[in-house]
Amino acid sequence: MSKILIVGEHDGRQLNPAVAKCVTCAAGIAGGEISVALFGADTAGVAAQAAAIAGVKSVLRVDRPENTHPLAAVLAPQVAALAADHSHIFGPSTSFGKDLMPRVAALLGAPQVSDLMAVEAPHRFRRPIYAGNAIITVEADPAHKVVATVRVASFESAPAGGSAAVESRTLQVALPAHTRYVGAKTAASERPDLQTAARVISGGRALGSADNFKMLFALADKMGAAVGASRAAVDAGYAANEMQVGQTGKIIAPDMYVAIGISGAIQHLTGIKDAKTIVAINKDPEAPIFEVADVGLVGDLFQVVPEIDRLIG
Amino acid sequence: MQKIMVCVKRVVDYNVRVRVKPDGSGVMLDGVKMSVNPFDEIALEEALRIKERTGNVEVVAASIGVPDTQQQLRTALAMGADRAVLVETTAPIEPLTAAQAFLALVRKENPDIVFLGKQAIDDDANQTGQMLAALWDRPQATYASKVEIAGGKAAVTREVDAGLETIEIDLPAVITVDLRLNEPRYVKLPDIMKAKKKPLDVIALDSLGVAAEQRLKVVKTDPPAQRQKGIMVKDVAELVDVLKKKGLIR
Repeated sequence: MSKILIVGEHDGRQLNPAVAKCVTCAAGIAGGEISVALFGADTAGVAAQAAAIAGVKSVLRVDRPENTHPLAAVLAPQVAALAADHSHIFGPSTSFGKDLMPRVAALLGAPQVSDLMAVEAPHRFRRPIYAGNAIITVEADPAHKVVATVRVASFESAPAGGSAAVESRTLQVALPAHTRYVGAKTAASERPDLQTAARVISGGRALGSADNFKMLFALADKMGAAVGASRAAVDAGYAANEMQVGQTGKIIAPDMYVAIGISGAIQHLTGIKDAKTIVAINKDPEAPIFEVADVGLVGDLFQVVPEIDRLIG
Repeated sequence: MQKIMVCVKRVVDYNVRVRVKPDGSGVMLDGVKMSVNPFDEIALEEALRIKERTGNVEVVAASIGVPDTQQQLRTALAMGADRAVLVETTAPIEPLTAAQAFLALVRKENPDIVFLGKQAIDDDANQTGQMLAALWDRPQATYASKVEIAGGKAAVTREVDAGLETIEIDLPAVITVDLRLNEPRYVKLPDIMKAKKKPLDVIALDSLGVAAEQRLKVVKTDPPAQRQKGIMVKDVAELVDVLKKKGLIR
């Protein structure tokens, strides 16, 4: 029987929504038993959230002061120790999971399936390569454990309604002191989180300045949307790096994605192709973004955006 | 700081639009332009800037792959690496195998820092740096957008989902680099001529005691699902109308 361990991302207070998506992915392994592991200084609160996800059998808490900040070098040996009685070890394909999981895989001598987008069998999976220009089906050698990062945009969230057992684990693992957390600079925002928002408005280089991006923020606030940006806009300094949507930024799957002044480079399209509805506004009728858009409007964004703002409630 | 190793991968050039073979056996690579993985160029540039700032640092470019990977190592030498090592094999190389091979080189070379790109643009695996750090039992700082080195330590600012995070790591360590760390230099013709005279060692993978184990077998390659082409609207009023009917806005 497959036993799947999901490494649960959280910020100490909130479980990351990616965990519920990893549970859906793991539930695709027929007859599997799903556990969620949580590492932190005090994971009582997030453990309760994880236990409420339908499909989770058990929640394993590993509380130690060294786990206050998620450092891959500190967490990896602990995940590897917990992995001993599991066949599959999954993490989200977020910066947290992408940093941590390969380190776990190497400690286990196991291969990693990056950006797992579909489970076809317990050891057979699909994943994208070449920025999503090709999808490969891979078969993992059952002689090894399977480590994977789950492409969260490919899975719906598992529903609430679970009541998993929560247990605390003490691991006899020596932790390295060679890696230390210094600090973080995050943009405090009242807006929805870009990675999980139902609606996203993104701007491209055509915005022309950081100041002009304010126009998008105002519209986003009216629509309850998160704000993203193309790589070109981030490189030009119009938008913060954490706003980047695309292969090397965030891969998202909102209900509605509005691309404003974004031409639609392949690496950007890779990040949005799971959006349910793509709306494109661009003054160039030949822009590649119109090839993937569900609704397209050719027009000057500096006229279109204020007009949308006027027309919606 | 005496030595920096930079791992570079030979990949399909980023300007090439990759196509899947009709029989699903892979992607078309015949006659396609090959280059240094762009993230690895950023990694090499960072090593070269540290060398230029502090002096007396040897920069070693390393790769694993087919014999033609020498071309990409010559590019690395032309950019400014002092010498290069190719671990030669024609077998398909998984990230864990690459990490094992680079670990063997690290044991010989004893670098203070190993720089790599955060991922290669062919398999998009994003694994090798982290795996090398694990096998080496040393720190890793992934997705670096700023690297400051002082007194046997590095303060690395990392691009994470929530913004920027800074960690401090003891050297030696592995650092993988993100897009905005620097802008790699262009190679000039005299540098290409000079690079031809720089040392490039070729060693066989099995001479390092590493086997190209296949833990993940690719059984099929498909083109991605295409989105249906949508509708064009003539003005903002129609756009808002369509979105209201879809229930996407109020």
